[in-house]
Amino acid sequence: MPEKRDEEIRIGVFICHCGSNIAGFLNMEELAEYAQTLPNVVFVQRNLYTCSEGGINEIKYGIKEQNLNRVVVASCTPRTHEPLFRISCAEAGLNPYLFEMVNIRDQCSWVHMQEQEDATTKAKVLIRMGVAKAALLEPQEPIISEVQTRALVIGGGLAGMTASLALAHRGYEVVLIEKESNLGGMLNQINKLGPTMTDAEELAERKIKAVSEHPNITIFTKSVITDVQGFIGKYQVDVETESGVKKIDIGVIVVATGGRTFVPEGLYGYDGRRVITQIEMESHLREGLDQDIKNVVMIQCVGSRNEERSYCSRICCQTAVKNAILIREQNPDARVSILYRDMQMYGVENEEMFRDSKAKGIRYINYDPAQPPKVDSKKVKVFHSLLGRNLELPADLVVLSTPLIAQEGAEVISQLLRVPIDENGFFLEGHVKLKPLDFATDGVFLCGSARFPANIRETVAQGLGSASRASIPLSKGSVVVEPIISVLADEEACRGCGLCVELCPYSALEIQHTEKGRKVHVIDVACKGCGICAATCYQHALSINSFTDEQIEAQLEAFLGSSVVS
Amino acid sequence: MNKEILIIGGGIAGIQSALDLADMGIKVHLVEKLPSIGGKMAQLDKTFPTNDCAI
Repeated sequence: MPEKRDEEIRIGVFICHCGSNIAGFLNMEELAEYAQTLPNVVFVQRNLYTCSEGGINEIKYGIKEQNLNRVVVASCTPRTHEPLFRISCAEAGLNPYLFEMVNIRDQCSWVHMQEQEDATTKAKVLIRMGVAKAALLEPQEPIISEVQTRALVIGGGLAGMTASLALAHRGYEVVLIEKESNLGGMLNQINKLGPTMTDAEELAERKIKAVSEHPNITIFTKSVITDVQGFIGKYQVDVETESGVKKIDIGVIVVATGGRTFVPEGLYGYDGRRVITQIEMESHLREGLDQDIKNVVMIQCVGSRNEERSYCSRICCQTAVKNAILIREQNPDARVSILYRDMQMYGVENEEMFRDSKAKGIRYINYDPAQPPKVDSKKVKVFHSLLGRNLELPADLVVLSTPLIAQEGAEVISQLLRVPIDENGFFLEGHVKLKPLDFATDGVFLCGSARFPANIRETVAQGLGSASRASIPLSKGSVVVEPIISVLADEEACRGCGLCVELCPYSALEIQHTEKGRKVHVIDVACKGCGICAATCYQHALSINSFTDEQIEAQLEAFLGSSVVS
Repeated sequence: MNKEILIIGGGIAGIQSALDLADMGIKVHLVEKLPSIGGKMAQLDKTFPTNDCAI
């Protein structure tokens, strides 16, 4: 973008007190007087809070009445406040990229509370550097990229089917991929769903029927993704199906790969017959429990909350209580004991089910992980930590509550989609609280037990939620991308060596064969403006908008140039 | 069908719903009984366990 060099640069500097956060430690009057002396500065204003409505109006007044064409705010951190100040500039008619922020709170008043004079001097230098850069800023236009209105849902369990249906009902095309031969996922292994005791098979059948019949949903079973190229709105995904590899254009991706149950090989004499897991208990209950089974002992936290797997899988306590109640329903004389460390029964309905189970005669025995229960061929021995003595419980059936663990192949998917997984192999959301169903990567979303063990209700809620989040770019039909990105500023200089292509973490660069030979091309919507390429290019062919060599050199000169006026 | 949505409650749940719907291009009316929106979230200092500033 050509710079209007002939234009008179009129910089306004807004210095924020941040209440007493800044003003309590720096000499604000001195800062304002100093800012007035800097080149191109025509307007200086101090604000109690620049981010307040009053402060924002001062910026707008400055742009409109003082004809400011560059704005510098010296205040807190751009991480939280740069978007607000940029929008304010835009609202007053100034290109939002003609704005520069200087952090005199985190970098001056907070870290140098004890040295107020020096902190004020440092703030002056930072403002001087900001002003020097601001004078060279160029307007930028946001980049708009079209969005393919087709979603890819990976995983045909309850989470994936729910997300697919929600997206399809909104009118979007959905490609649903399942690695097994049947849809339904873990739902196929479950008997009843607590605490309402709904039939799992019925729910699975209903959902499978709905997704199979929906005209907007294309299902590929026995299929996996093998390659993902592109970025939000324009992904090209290779799906390996039974009838060969299909290349599909995709706009957004929902990860709903679920989890799997931990098989407790070698623990408590697990044999899959007399000592079984809760998921195996589900099929016993579905087929009808053997009437000879009179004594059942369940052991909680088998393979979880230990050194190897430190997390609590959250849903095994609910499952145990539910199955204990169902055992008593089928065999009313059966004695059921649950050996637990702590009962995780969150939510009103679950607490109610827990109370109900006690009223129905389910016994709860607390054990200490330092003295775990012992299972032999007839009994389970446990040290009752409240009674302070050993108990021997007869056991026709021992049920081990094992955690949900990360899905097989989660790591492969995380690499293909370039999204993170945590130390246990579960997918990591963008923000624990603010972006629970988004990944940090735009256009990729997650739901269900792929993220962390989730019960039915949570799985459905997350499936619906991720579909809702994924609908935002689909309904807009386009995405707006920050224009602070890499540009090929000097095409002549580029030799097409491809070093930058190798180093780009976002696959945002490619080598093209042009009339002038091999040249790098920046895929603007994929670029995040990290600057690795520009820093690497020994030909200085690449440059980052708003962080050009010229701008950074001007800042350095402002820093080194004159001795500091104190 | 009228494509406008009424959200009752201007706490974090209402605000997030309003933002997501508005981002989808739907007009939203957000109704809050108190003089300012933000609800409980606006009264918190930091939120556990990440200690994000609640405001």
